[in-house]
Amino acid sequence: MSPLTLWGSLVGALALAIVPLTDLLEPLRPPWITMAIIYWTMVWPRLCGPLTAFVMGLALDLLYGSLLGQHALSLTIVSFITLWFHLQIRIFPLWQLTVTAFLLMIVDAFIVFWTDGIAGGPDLGLARWSQPIAGGLAWAPVMALLDNLRMRSENRSSRFL
Amino acid sequence: MALSTPESEPRLFSGGSGGLRTIVLCIGAIALMYLDNRNEHLADIRAMFGELLYPLQQAVDAPFAAGRWASDNMATRESLISDNAKLREQALRQSGQLQRMAALEAENARMRALLQSTARVGDAVVVAEIVTVDMDRLRHRVVINRGSSNGVAEGEALIDAQGVVGQIIRDRGTSSEALLITDPDHALPVEIVRNGLRTFAMGTGDLERLSLPFVARNADVKPGDLLVSSGLGGKFPAGYPVGTIIDVRGDTGEALLNVLAKPTASLDRVHEVLVVKPPPPAVATTPEEPPSAAAPAATEAAQ
Repeated sequence: MSPLTLWGSLVGALALAIVPLTDLLEPLRPPWITMAIIYWTMVWPRLCGPLTAFVMGLALDLLYGSLLGQHALSLTIVSFITLWFHLQIRIFPLWQLTVTAFLLMIVDAFIVFWTDGIAGGPDLGLARWSQPIAGGLAWAPVMALLDNLRMRSENRSSRFL
Repeated sequence: MALSTPESEPRLFSGGSGGLRTIVLCIGAIALMYLDNRNEHLADIRAMFGELLYPLQQAVDAPFAAGRWASDNMATRESLISDNAKLREQALRQSGQLQRMAALEAENARMRALLQSTARVGDAVVVAEIVTVDMDRLRHRVVINRGSSNGVAEGEALIDAQGVVGQIIRDRGTSSEALLITDPDHALPVEIVRNGLRTFAMGTGDLERLSLPFVARNADVKPGDLLVSSGLGGKFPAGYPVGTIIDVRGDTGEALLNVLAKPTASLDRVHEVLVVKPPPPAVATTPEEPPSAAAPAATEAAQ
């Protein structure tokens, strides 16, 4: 377990979340932060959990200019659900894992949708729901990438300790 | 979590499976949202942490800035020469118009003095650049690289060479966040140049569209009419072009027209903007003279 790998990938995900996209591609931007939080909570629950998710959510709120605490709330809850089931999810075959991650991203989008509704946020239309779908499609390659990062960091730490 | 494998062992400060921690964090998040939605207590916190995250935004912007720098530097001699010629011609034409402008401004000031009205002064501006990062999904907000340390303040208007772009909504010190006029949350007091009709231009969430929802059916509005900021409300300086009306539609039986306008500023391509300081408070707070149209109406009513 390496905090450097965790935070490095999370900052990378934050950068991807704000890279400018054209209006056409914008609805297809996967929720990178949510995906990274789900993955790291699942594999390194001692290092990444609701607290990490809360911090990343606040960062996202500041970057997006949304209501402070909106993404913090949704990511904390997503991380908690993942933490609760992490021993089961971890041994799922890839397709089940993809479906689970997709459902968790829907939960995340729904909480943001819900708080937007209460606070009188804008109507984002279908983009809100197409992003988790894009996330579900991107889950397998993203997970392969993060798995690779994790293997490297675990090998390195075992080599040096 | 009953299985205490090394990886699933709870962290020191988590209660059991992290349930307590999650509840505390959720309550914290909800409290933050409540405070943020209700008032401005969090403005300083936002400014502080927003400033912390600014390097990340700059890092994301860096490749785009490098691309612009490269295309600037790799411009060929011929294109530079032709650009230069074009700019010189434009400068000549504009300075020609400005010569008349000085005389007109003086004349305007004299006439306003005759009317015992306050003279309008030239607006002070700060040049800023838009940082290339996306903010909240489909909301139209941008980050600019000037903040209160550069003499920019909340509420000031952004314009580009063609017209009004938006206004600053959050100052972060060395950078600030701005709302574009096409954001669904934005409304701008405008008037039609041709006849001085005053109304509001609201954002639609589409970079090419503004909507004017409060135009009465019998109002004199035609496609092609130019809208300028009216200066009412005191935030936007008056007289900057905002948009051109492209569509006027009225369904019979409705009291209001459905009017659409296209922003004159190229909001999707804009990169450099001017921040316009509001007029000095003495000018801004001077109450407007009662509209002359109201006075005859009142006397008529009295008769």
